[in-house]
Amino acid sequence: MTLAPLLAGAVALPAASGLAGALVRGRPAAAQRLACAALCAGAALGVAAAGAVLLGADGGAGPGLRLDALSAMFLVPICLVAAAGAVYGLAYFPQATLGSKAVRVQIFYGLALAGMVLLVSAADAITFLVGWEVMALSGFFLVHTDHEKREAQQAAFVYLASTHVGTLALFGMFALLRQAAGSYAFAAMAGVAGGGRLGALVFALALLGFGLKAGLMPLHFWLPGAHAAAPTHVSALMSGVLIKTGIYGLLRVTGLFDAPPASWGWTLLAVGGVSAVLGVAFALAQHDLKRLLAYHSVENIGIIAMGVGLGLLGRAQGDAALVLLGLGGAALHVLNHALFKSLLFLGAGAVHHATGTRELDLLGGLARPMRRTALLFLVGAAAISGLPPLNGFVSEWLVYLGLLDGLRRPSGDLLAFAALGAPVLALVGGLAAACFAKVVGVAFLGAPRSDAARRAHEAPRAMLAPMAALAAACAAIGLLPAALVSPLAGAAGAWARLRPALLAPAAERAASGALRVSAIAAALLALAAGLVLLRRRLARGRQEEAAETWGCGFAAPTARIQYTGSSFAELLLARFSWVVRPHGERPRLEGPFPARAAFRTHVPDAVLDLALVPAARGIRWLATGARLVNLRRIHFQALLVLATLVAMLAWGFLT
Amino acid sequence: MALRTLLHLAALLALPPLLLGIVNRTKAVFAGRVGPPLVQPYLDLAKLLRKGAVYSRTTTWVFRAGPVIGLAAVAAAGLLLAMGGAPAALSFGGDFVLFAYLLGLARFFTALAALDTGSPFEGMGAAREVTFASLAEPALFLCLLVLARATGTISLSGMLGAALPAAWGSAGPALLLAAIALFVIALAENARIPVDDPNTHLELTMIHEVMVLDHGGPDLAFILYGASLKLFLFGAILSRLVFRGGGALAAEGLFFLGVLVFAVGVGVVESVMARLRMVRVPQLLVGASVLAVFALVLLLR
Repeated sequence: MTLAPLLAGAVALPAASGLAGALVRGRPAAAQRLACAALCAGAALGVAAAGAVLLGADGGAGPGLRLDALSAMFLVPICLVAAAGAVYGLAYFPQATLGSKAVRVQIFYGLALAGMVLLVSAADAITFLVGWEVMALSGFFLVHTDHEKREAQQAAFVYLASTHVGTLALFGMFALLRQAAGSYAFAAMAGVAGGGRLGALVFALALLGFGLKAGLMPLHFWLPGAHAAAPTHVSALMSGVLIKTGIYGLLRVTGLFDAPPASWGWTLLAVGGVSAVLGVAFALAQHDLKRLLAYHSVENIGIIAMGVGLGLLGRAQGDAALVLLGLGGAALHVLNHALFKSLLFLGAGAVHHATGTRELDLLGGLARPMRRTALLFLVGAAAISGLPPLNGFVSEWLVYLGLLDGLRRPSGDLLAFAALGAPVLALVGGLAAACFAKVVGVAFLGAPRSDAARRAHEAPRAMLAPMAALAAACAAIGLLPAALVSPLAGAAGAWARLRPALLAPAAERAASGALRVSAIAAALLALAAGLVLLRRRLARGRQEEAAETWGCGFAAPTARIQYTGSSFAELLLARFSWVVRPHGERPRLEGPFPARAAFRTHVPDAVLDLALVPAARGIRWLATGARLVNLRRIHFQALLVLATLVAMLAWGFLT
Repeated sequence: MALRTLLHLAALLALPPLLLGIVNRTKAVFAGRVGPPLVQPYLDLAKLLRKGAVYSRTTTWVFRAGPVIGLAAVAAAGLLLAMGGAPAALSFGGDFVLFAYLLGLARFFTALAALDTGSPFEGMGAAREVTFASLAEPALFLCLLVLARATGTISLSGMLGAALPAAWGSAGPALLLAAIALFVIALAENARIPVDDPNTHLELTMIHEVMVLDHGGPDLAFILYGASLKLFLFGAILSRLVFRGGGALAAEGLFFLGVLVFAVGVGVVESVMARLRMVRVPQLLVGASVLAVFALVLLLR
């Protein structure tokens, strides 16, 4: 069976789904449900196509489209997260109350999904770029949803500018590849030699273009603002899967080369390590829940990039085991991050829906009114911190195995130093756990810090159900990771163009390790269950009292004496004061009865606020100055254009 | 073989509180006191298990889940650890990552349970705990990398197994540095002096103890037992690393002797040192990391 009808449906149904809202007049709720159903049907077709390819079907799907195991590994999370977000949107962004704004979101949400499906199933550069631009521009309109707010305008503009710079780089990159291969088809480009000027240029452009989309540090600057400004289910889609298309592009292009040089792998390993550490450091400093989650995307993209770097090193060294562990870890982390990050964003949306604020330090105690949301958010928080028995641990473990693979090398081999990435990853894991202890502890535990938090209510079922599905997927992958080893080996084989037999021994080892991870996870659950039963038995017939929290003799505690998110992170941020520099007002308290005072801090982004904005100001100042000196009259400007043209022609003739 | 593993697991469950007793006895001897009996920690646990509990009105199920998950995670980590002369109950390449992350899981839920009370002191303790833990984590990984490189394996059982005696011959200085760094990390991870003082009475200066202020009854018993289990795990790693024996029986004896020496060592450190100022703790942990990096570079070059 050919995949063409499945893929056509997976592109066309979501692309058209948003029109339901515009066409069905008078019954907004039904129209939105229709749009959601169409999008989910398209997503299901996409998952079916990906599943067929992963089970061994031929991936050809007509002109311009082709799925292989690598694109299937991306197609699955794209479809799952988009469907979950659409269902969530029924309650979070209801057309019945929001009207045309919701219709607009649905149209561009569907188009963004269609663009992503198109680009991961593209078999040539043109189709890829079409999908890329549809996705990127829909993303702009989605970020711009709350266009009356200044925050959304600015974020959308920064996003648009950065995505266009990225697209420009991609145009250049594909033009170079087309020149070398004589065709835009990926199949024709495959087998280009990685060494030499062409390879270096293509890799640099790919790193710029795809790195901007993926949000690798220091190209991440558009990401926190855009994720914070967009409606939450859109943030989940963007953070969960849209930025992963950058990783997909990077893999697709590096996969075209035979024997990529080791320097590519080292570059990605280093950039990934920097992104991971600084991403989580900036996340710790945030007190806006969605900005915090956005910086965690930078961290996780860093972990994924480390995996890709290891895979590239493995190809450069001809080490099939390293290819499997690096690429397998990266691809699994793409899937895992899509699941738990969208779960966390949807949870943040539920908090926003219930309290009207995303400010962590105004929340607190939400685990009481929002029991289910709290539990689901906690699952996501443990998963993103890489804690067993959830899915985040498994992919990080594969990346660890890849990093440790270097230890087998003889003395003097540079690759052995890749092992130094393991403590970096350990630091990132520790910091992420600290950050999510802060988020969960400050938002959901303790006592409410404001009236908004006190009046919170549980999220409606349409919002809880997609979150529960995502949490269940996180737990399932964490408990039974061995089931995913064979599709991951398929993706690694498709990427590195290695025969499956070469990867089989490494895959077998990974699978047997994964089975033992499952055994420990089962033991952990059994032990916890046993202790719960023991505790229950012990408590029977005993006296159990309720009292106030012991304040160490403090007589009149208020909710405001609790540790806030900022105070929780302060000790850790002191370690990062060389890059994370909070600005703020610190009032001076004087006298025995100090006057009422306010304290606020804000952490500017190191790249956007401290480098790009000042640079843009400088350029504007220069441009303004140049215009004032001599360019008032139009005929003079025309003369300049002509002079430039002549100069370029002359240069063309002379060289 | 299976019987031996079972015996080891039984020892893992039964012995940890004794370790606390030995630490306390050592401190008493240094102070010229008689000190509590060696089995006092068992008596304390039995007493706590018989008690009821008081729960803060602020708390939720997370507060009750904290001690349960904390103990279950540490115990599950124990399954990965080789004791005596035998390999662990379960062992695979990269299992030390799971070991470290299980300890992380325990810490995560302990910190959440602390934050659940809404007490500023417990928030302070949780913030300190996660801060120092995230600095200790890379140091621990670096030490284990040294072991992995020296022995040529990446499972805990392999790193602390048959290849170790030969590794002491070929990479002795590096292993010695790693052992010293591991001892520092063990003190930090287990909230002992010079990082944290388990006997302090001033909430403002506490780290681990302040996080569990509001727990009582069986919950506190779980926490205390989990803490002793964790101390035992680190003692077991160090014992396997440093004390090597020939025959099966000699290996067993040496292993438990090593754990005993570890406990006495902790007690000696607590007797002769004061707790460091809070701002010095990161320097100590970074110092341990630097030591381990140095050892690793010695082996990688």
